[in-house]
Amino acid sequence: MNGRKIWRRARRMGRRAFLVGSVLTGAGVAFGVHTAARRLPNPLRGDGVMNPWLVIGPDGPVVVVPRAEMGQGVTTTLAALVAEELDADWDAIRVIHGPPAAAYFNRVILRPALPFAEYRTSALVEALGTATEVLPKAMGMQITGGSTSTVDGFTPMRAAGATAREALKAAAAERLSLPVADLKTVSGHVVAPDGRRLAYADLAPDAAGRDMGRIALRPAADWRLLGRALPRKDMAAKVTGAAVYGLDIRLEGMRFATLARPPVCGGTLARHDAKAAQAVPGVERVLPLGGGIAVVARNSWAALKGLEAAAPEWETPADAPDTDAIHEGLARAISGGLANSRLVSRGGEPPADTPVLEYRLPPLAHATMEPMNATALFQGGRLHLWAGCQTPEIARHAAARVLGIAPDLVALEVPFLGGGFGRRLETDFVTLAAELAGQMPGVPVQLFFSREEDMTHDFYRPPLLARARIWTDAQGGPGLHLDLATQSVTRSAGRRMTGLPSTGPDKIGVEGAFDQPYALPNLRVRGHLADLPLPVGFWRSVGHSANSFVLESALDELAHLSGRDPFEMRHALIAPEDPSAARVLARAAQNAGWGQDGRALGIAFCHSYGTTVAEVIEVTQTEHGIRIPRAWVVCDPGQALDPGIIAAQMEGGLIFGLSAAIRGQITLTAGAVDQLNFPDFDGLRINECPQIFVDIQPSGRDPGGVGEPAVPPAAPALANALFALTGRRARSLPLQDMFDFA
Amino acid sequence: MAELRVNGTLHRIDAPGDMPLLWVLRDLLGLIGTKYGCGVAACGACTVLVGGVAVRSCQTPLEAVDGPVTTIEGLGQPGALHILQQEWIAHQVAQCGWCQSGQILQAASLLRQIPRPSDAEIDAAMAGNLCRCGTYPRIRAAIHAAAARLAAEGPAAGNADGGAP
Repeated sequence: MNGRKIWRRARRMGRRAFLVGSVLTGAGVAFGVHTAARRLPNPLRGDGVMNPWLVIGPDGPVVVVPRAEMGQGVTTTLAALVAEELDADWDAIRVIHGPPAAAYFNRVILRPALPFAEYRTSALVEALGTATEVLPKAMGMQITGGSTSTVDGFTPMRAAGATAREALKAAAAERLSLPVADLKTVSGHVVAPDGRRLAYADLAPDAAGRDMGRIALRPAADWRLLGRALPRKDMAAKVTGAAVYGLDIRLEGMRFATLARPPVCGGTLARHDAKAAQAVPGVERVLPLGGGIAVVARNSWAALKGLEAAAPEWETPADAPDTDAIHEGLARAISGGLANSRLVSRGGEPPADTPVLEYRLPPLAHATMEPMNATALFQGGRLHLWAGCQTPEIARHAAARVLGIAPDLVALEVPFLGGGFGRRLETDFVTLAAELAGQMPGVPVQLFFSREEDMTHDFYRPPLLARARIWTDAQGGPGLHLDLATQSVTRSAGRRMTGLPSTGPDKIGVEGAFDQPYALPNLRVRGHLADLPLPVGFWRSVGHSANSFVLESALDELAHLSGRDPFEMRHALIAPEDPSAARVLARAAQNAGWGQDGRALGIAFCHSYGTTVAEVIEVTQTEHGIRIPRAWVVCDPGQALDPGIIAAQMEGGLIFGLSAAIRGQITLTAGAVDQLNFPDFDGLRINECPQIFVDIQPSGRDPGGVGEPAVPPAAPALANALFALTGRRARSLPLQDMFDFA
Repeated sequence: MAELRVNGTLHRIDAPGDMPLLWVLRDLLGLIGTKYGCGVAACGACTVLVGGVAVRSCQTPLEAVDGPVTTIEGLGQPGALHILQQEWIAHQVAQCGWCQSGQILQAASLLRQIPRPSDAEIDAAMAGNLCRCGTYPRIRAAIHAAAARLAAEGPAAGNADGGAP
């Protein structure tokens, strides 16, 4: 698309674009151009500070990776971006998270909010995208999420390495009285033509603070670290038990606390037995917290036993919903009133007698392996926090509000995260720890959720109710109308995160359905929002995870309805619209041996977070039940910055998606979540895990994300495979309700 | 006052006999490599070796510990990694890493009992260890690789006396 076309299109779509969560409009008005252009201060102080991402100390380079390491490999790939240009040895690079700071805002975090199909409007989004960068910058949105870390870091972190390298060369040139052009950089040294070597560590004090302007970045063909599967920076610590997570923080005199809050939204504490709790050896205090109680003890076990002894009881609102009421709310949202969004609508209407296919997806918990927790010390009017958190700046400000102190008086350290999946974008566990610490000044306290508290007090993936009509028109063209009803993650989580209200079409409610590269001649996708009393939030791959199941299942049904092969039909629809996506799909089919024999295979496709993924899943019937022997993943993440980490994310994303598809579900009885622990809400186990073949096919465009895009196709690929095996079509999840798995 | 041998060191523990070994290790001894995941023996994150055999420390009361305890800190350390830890690194297994101490110790227990396990034997032994990141394919590959090396190089290869110090 050329520039003129882009802006014509931008004007046409502009009205819609700037309705996207007044999040974006508000930003422009409230903060203006000045904020957008302002250079943010470097939060790092001291010798050898080259820029906000790099310190070269006496022990070598330390890369500040201001994103949360929750398993996705961000400490490795972002450090490699810096190291690539710096010419430092990989083994010599150390990584720290660094302080929360506005300078570490995520430039691209709000881009996915633009209501466009990302796959074909990258130039348009690029043009409009700068508008979406104002708010993250103004609000210091240091966020790890949306599979954006490498997308955001790709240019600035390489530039951080390149400008530091040039500054080091400039310092060396002065010291050696040689022209800069004569100097090379190799393995952490500046090397002169006569072989003299100056270590970066020696040059750093001189080099720091030099403004090198813009330095051209190396082309991919010259990369030495990027494009290779590097040994992860966090691996050795994670296999020796040395890695420190939030729950592993240990401070002198620290107390351990656990809590119970009302199990139902709007519930209140009726009574509890503080005396019984305090009779438990090791229990010290019972304090009010978050509408419930916290038991503070000398160790975690005493805190858990104390809470059990306190036996809190709750008043529950009379109208608290069951699961059925939630789905009735979604049905009302579809049936009544105006749709919230209609981001794609083309072609004709279905014949009047076209049946309505109804799909239902349950709410899902995140169930990170490390339960929610944070550690806090309130002393001398200052608050020190330790929390595995995807939003440290937001969390720091939220904690300051809880205690009524200035944000400058709050420090937050981010250790490793034992899983995130979107759960640690929320700040509840951080503000609760702050609230507790505020009641016991001078004493450090670690607040942890029991698994049961974690599972029953999540911000769940919202449930989805979808109605689909599929048909073939008089010209033989396929038709698909989708109505999708859900709770708005944008409005609830977005408000918690930014404090700003959102209005307008909610893209998350329809992403993964309206924005896929299918040249369907008849296509309409409408989104409907229901306001329901279930706390909802971002869950790995967000709207795509639910909507892709509906779209890719309905397309499969459409293929069978029209007597076409599910792969062939998809390929024919994608090829004219997005040739590189069609290649990904075709390769998945080829790798799996699609159509070559009688195996039961299912295929699905989803473009999300800048990355195209196609998955094929094989199922077989055994005497013990249905097994999933093999799965194939093909992805195009633009650039394969670290093929080892990308493959791991593809494997993990597929398994995460399969876990949810087969057995993930949260249900409510009188408003309370029924699932308490892993026996009720389990993930796939090793004995159920297929052999997975990952094939990375980078097209060479700028990098896309990899943490989430493998999740969406997993559920529909499995459901489509089950249809191939059994002839039974699953239109609701979890699949274990309908099929017996081995 | 209970006596507890952990990673070769004898500790005198002043704690109630019903306190699970998990919290003794984490909160009293500061051995934070052993993880809390569920508290009901459903996820395996708390797995340690007692007398060389994998147990769920969250469901093992202090008074029921009847042998020397090996935690991830005692299995091997930088410079002297256990062969399983070496293969875990070679296969770049961990993602978030929270479950991996338990996975590795469960695998150590498996290899003591079955030096060259089949896929089915790995599945059977490891099915109690949940990983939400989905590292299972690499866990399986790392166990096979460690078993092959142990067969070729002998148990001395990796400080492999996991659990019976």
